[in-house]
Amino acid sequence: MVDTRPFLPVSSHAGSDPTGPSENRRKPMKLQLSIFFVLLTVGFFAALLTSNNGSDNGFVKENEHGSLASPSSEKQLRPVSRGPAVGVSEKSNRFFAKDNENQLAYPWNNSMLSWQRTAFHFQPEKNWMNDPNGPLFYKGWYHFFYQYNPHAAVWGDIVWGHAVSKDLIHWLHLPLAMVADQWYDKNGVWTGSATILPDGKVVMLYTGSTTENVQVQNLAYPADHSDPLLINWVKYSGNPVLVPPPGILDKDFRDPTTAWLTSEGKWRITIGSKINKTGIALVYDTKDFINYELLDGVLHAVPGTGMWECVDFFPVSKTEENGLDTSVNGPSVKHVVKASLDDDRHDYYSIGTYHEKNGTWIPDEPKIDVGIGLRYDYGIYYAAKTFYDQNKNRRVLWGWIGESDSEAADMQKGWASVQSIPRTILFDKKIGTHLLQWPVEEIESLRLKSYEFNQVKVQAGSVVPLDVGPATQLDIIAEFEIDKEALEKTTGSNVTFSCSSSGGTIERGALGPFGLLVLADDSLSEQTPVYFYIAKGSDGKLKTFFCNDQSRSSVASDVNKRIYGNLVPVLEGEKLSLRVLVDHSIVESFAQGGRTVITSRVYPTKAIYGAAKLFLFNNATEASVSASLRIWQMNSAFIRPYPNNKESQ
Amino acid sequence: MKNLIVIIFAFLVCQANAFRPILLLGNQNLIERTCKQTPFYDLCIWSLKSNPESRDASVKKLAQIMVDSLKTKATETLDLIDELLQDGLALDPEMQKALTSCAERYNVIIRGDVPEINEALKTGDYKFAAKGANDAAIEANSCEIEFPTKSPLTDMNKVVHDVSVVAASIVKIIQTKFSF
Repeated sequence: MVDTRPFLPVSSHAGSDPTGPSENRRKPMKLQLSIFFVLLTVGFFAALLTSNNGSDNGFVKENEHGSLASPSSEKQLRPVSRGPAVGVSEKSNRFFAKDNENQLAYPWNNSMLSWQRTAFHFQPEKNWMNDPNGPLFYKGWYHFFYQYNPHAAVWGDIVWGHAVSKDLIHWLHLPLAMVADQWYDKNGVWTGSATILPDGKVVMLYTGSTTENVQVQNLAYPADHSDPLLINWVKYSGNPVLVPPPGILDKDFRDPTTAWLTSEGKWRITIGSKINKTGIALVYDTKDFINYELLDGVLHAVPGTGMWECVDFFPVSKTEENGLDTSVNGPSVKHVVKASLDDDRHDYYSIGTYHEKNGTWIPDEPKIDVGIGLRYDYGIYYAAKTFYDQNKNRRVLWGWIGESDSEAADMQKGWASVQSIPRTILFDKKIGTHLLQWPVEEIESLRLKSYEFNQVKVQAGSVVPLDVGPATQLDIIAEFEIDKEALEKTTGSNVTFSCSSSGGTIERGALGPFGLLVLADDSLSEQTPVYFYIAKGSDGKLKTFFCNDQSRSSVASDVNKRIYGNLVPVLEGEKLSLRVLVDHSIVESFAQGGRTVITSRVYPTKAIYGAAKLFLFNNATEASVSASLRIWQMNSAFIRPYPNNKESQ
Repeated sequence: MKNLIVIIFAFLVCQANAFRPILLLGNQNLIERTCKQTPFYDLCIWSLKSNPESRDASVKKLAQIMVDSLKTKATETLDLIDELLQDGLALDPEMQKALTSCAERYNVIIRGDVPEINEALKTGDYKFAAKGANDAAIEANSCEIEFPTKSPLTDMNKVVHDVSVVAASIVKIIQTKFSF
């Protein structure tokens, strides 16, 4: 970093005393003396000259008014896009000007803010939450821990929150599981994972940020294994059990995974890190969770992906429709490596083969390797973590959903972040490269009144209201069929399409966009489209995109207005299918059975409470669409503190 | 021999002194290289160079200096808002409403964003530093567009906004550079 110009030795001929060389052998002392003087002088001048060039360069004077505003300050303010802060790529820099469309500062009132709170997504009663931690099923209860700030609605002072549920839906808050009370986690009780031992006991490994801000791994376990609520936790007296190994920086070592057994009967974990710009997953073996041996090499590495946070590693069955314990291995099993990329705040996964002997993993398709290929979710979704639910023999995925509004609104409403509805994970046998995510079936227990719509025809360029009563807590299952003739007749083109760089639903194509408008008011001044867009290539091949357009989701100016989405593989003969969970300010959408998923946060100012409606829309130019839907009103999950009366629940 | 040693010693001492400007130049270069990667080069240079701690500073320290600057500018702006609000009766209701809303936003910058950025820089979870810095820019901008007509805070809002953007850019450099 410090750009010292190495001083190069000057050859003895330059500027040397003319009497020098021939008398070398006779008078070495004099020669050396003169050489040193020459070097000294030249060096001195070199230093003087170069420092003159460098000083006072680029100094900017304040203008007459004493402000730092440059002459270009007559322009309106150019805000930084919300993108990077909330996990979306930095594509556009929207220019909010006073006279631009309807962009006015929208003061949030309490009515609008309190509407935003979700009815059936996990969130603490107040303040900030981020990563899911140590999920597990134990003695009849699902346990969920999470990164929590007990003091404010922004990240900081992180400790472990805790809640339990019988069904992954109805949660009861418990006291904080772990706080920052040791030197080795004083600056943060960060993310970790649980491992259930063969005898049923639980161990927890988690990252602590020490008093010196070094990231270390610590061991903790329940104070009382007979307590099904696992309320109290004990930190191992010999913590930390792992410190950054040589070559790994103090701040690049965090989020240990659940352990799995090796063929030698040892436990193995992986921890994300990076070397230069290469994201890596380190591997450790242990017999007792106290002493570890670092394996040579890494589980996997992908150049250019940066720091790997919240690494997850787990098996999926190629054939069965159930989850697998993390230790399972075998010929009918594939392994998934997942990483949360710190650089772009997205969660990526890849499917491949685990080589147990040397603790490495190789992707099936290097083109869609970890960090450069598929994402769990194309919206706001980060720090995801799975666990094996031995209760129902499934692998369940948790994901942190942050806010995409301003922190001023978060502080005013007193809370920030929710968790996604837990999702089951299955290998997509038909496609082979994808995982399928689907909300856990227990969410169906919240379904109340249902509405059915069969073969509703939506002409090109039209909107059809769906009368389902209140439209802020819904479970929607829909199937779309596009007019076959239009599909064949439309001329293809080479224009590439992407949800995020498109104009949203205003941009009309021959075969799309079409889908649902959620959280829309009657006049459609606020609307959140969840939709398909079919693009036909010049070779006649069809590509289907699944998108979520926030550009008109709210008239407020300080919320994220991006368009999220990605390609969704659609096989021959498959209808376009969609499931959408609407729960106040969160919308989770699943296309093709969960092959492509988008979660977004929506903050309308008008399309709230009774004014929120649901519509079908078709903004394609050439194709009509017919939709069949089943829609349920959803009950609240009544997430609340664990009652003091032990008999009630 | 003794003379030679004395000369060598003098040589080394002189070199060290002569090269101190180059060492400073070295860090000037870091400041300049860093600021070139932000959208507001002049502001970045001025904010960093006017703080003596920027000498020999690492990029992470430069980020912290920028955040201190953000806090200072935000506090100055909030002071100005409070002063304007004290005019009380002289204010029309719209101006009053806008100023009150701005005061809230600036409180969020000072009490929410800045501590979040500082803790994130300290502990190395840089994405939260980026989040706080980006949010500060949004708050400043949101305040500016509160005013239906002329804003009394345009210059200050712009400074706070731009300083936030610079801070966010420097955090991005820390995140994507390889060694700190």
